[in-house]
Amino acid sequence: MRRDFPVLQQQVYGKPLVYLDNAATSQAPQAVIDAMNRFYLEYRSNVHRGVYHLSERATEAYEGTRVKVRKFLNVASDREIVFTRGATESINLVAHSYGRKFLREGDEIVISHMEHHSNIVPWQLVCGMTGAVLKVIPINDRGELIWEEFEKLLGPKTRFVSIVHVSNSLGTINPVKRIIDRAHEIGAKVLLDGAQAVSHMRVDAQKLDCDFFAFSGHKLFGATGTGVLYGKSELLNAMPPYQGGGDMIKLVTFEKTTWNDLPLKFEAGTPNIAGFIGLGAAIDYLEELDFEAAIRHERELLVYGTKVLSTIPRLKLIGTAENKTGIFSFVLENIHPHDVATILDREGIAIRAGHHCTQPVMQRFNIPATSRASLAFYNTKEEIDALARGIYKVLEIFK
Amino acid sequence: MSELNELNDLYREVILDHARHPRNKGALPSADRKAEGYNPLCGDRVILTVKLDSGVIADVRFEGSGCAISTASASILTETLKGKTEAEFSGLFDKFHTLVTSGGEAPATASEWGKLAVFEGVREFPMRVKCATLSWHTLKAALENKQEPVTTEE
Repeated sequence: MRRDFPVLQQQVYGKPLVYLDNAATSQAPQAVIDAMNRFYLEYRSNVHRGVYHLSERATEAYEGTRVKVRKFLNVASDREIVFTRGATESINLVAHSYGRKFLREGDEIVISHMEHHSNIVPWQLVCGMTGAVLKVIPINDRGELIWEEFEKLLGPKTRFVSIVHVSNSLGTINPVKRIIDRAHEIGAKVLLDGAQAVSHMRVDAQKLDCDFFAFSGHKLFGATGTGVLYGKSELLNAMPPYQGGGDMIKLVTFEKTTWNDLPLKFEAGTPNIAGFIGLGAAIDYLEELDFEAAIRHERELLVYGTKVLSTIPRLKLIGTAENKTGIFSFVLENIHPHDVATILDREGIAIRAGHHCTQPVMQRFNIPATSRASLAFYNTKEEIDALARGIYKVLEIFK
Repeated sequence: MSELNELNDLYREVILDHARHPRNKGALPSADRKAEGYNPLCGDRVILTVKLDSGVIADVRFEGSGCAISTASASILTETLKGKTEAEFSGLFDKFHTLVTSGGEAPATASEWGKLAVFEGVREFPMRVKCATLSWHTLKAALENKQEPVTTEE
């Protein structure tokens, strides 16, 4: 299986690449690269408009991915799958389209303290435009939501809950089903930021009953610049377009424009066609691989890695939730994460150092940044051992 | 050059010493110039306070938190700049930038640079140039009396 990923076969600074920045971007298997190459080599053309062979092939492949994503998320209709540039754009779409139409002054939007900036800032913008108010669920020292505090925030003014499914800086898996049920009880809509979830677990949007679900293709072994927004059709139908131009219209005159049907109403301009064809290939790859087995392997790595890292002196894991995915966010006493990442890099080990676009999480733990090693199913125990050896080298340099 | 040598070049003893025991750390209550620098990519912050005396940097101190490279850079910068004129700083600013970024040009001699020469190794680590130059940009802003925080992304 590991041989399916060309990037992983290389050496960096003379050492085998150990790629542990999957929470930022995961690697694409050859099948995904081949699918995108075929588009460029054989049928590069625009979608939906051309009445010739190449365009028909492109449209078929592009729309084929929509079907695959619909099945992957187990939602009712292809019309509920909107293609965007990424999870960030998906959230912005909901915030700007749904938020500006349905939120009023004094309405409350609930997010959590562990959100990525892309699930904070769009809502702040909407609050600025509508007079709605942002409320934040606090987290405990393990990096878990404090349920009682969430309950306290819910009230008659709560209109929307936008919450991360899996935290990118802590690894915490939030109890999203429980959150959605509770929010629905008081009539609030719920968006899940699933950017970190889809590559680590099965997501069943119907079973969860979320109103919106956002993720990025490049974290699901596909291309950068591809994103998905699932939305319940009655909500998407009620929402105005977010951007104008291209496929999102049926008829334009200078007096009036008629919007296209779902999902094209939200897909202005020529999309990343090759990228979405690649995303379809990535989903095919996961299904053929046995996604459940991949998830099990990653869980074993999480247990192993937690054990190994916990024995390293001066190392403290940030994010120790009972229910978490393969993300090791850590700080080394008196050593800045950037220094850690630079030294590991020269060992061929790619990790992320910084605030991971979750500055409120860093503020919560009173740290400027963390080093973060994040897993995918193609990682191995040997790579975790290499990470540990690299960290010991850091400790040696900064002894 | 081997990777180990490059790492040793980046994390020379002088840099590690200044990172562990930064000089001139803290606020300067009598300062008549102050500026804040910020690296939004990593969240590092530095505040430079300066006491000027007829165009001469009479005293300069720094606060904030950062990596070994940025802390050592701020520490050595403050040591080096005390007693120098604003014009001398301006000349050194450009030279330092060249020292840490230049691909081909030979660095100045160690004797000319003093401790600043230890930052020559940064050029092999382009992602760390911002760490090394943050305090320099901040001092420049302080001397120019800029009120807005400076960031490495400008």
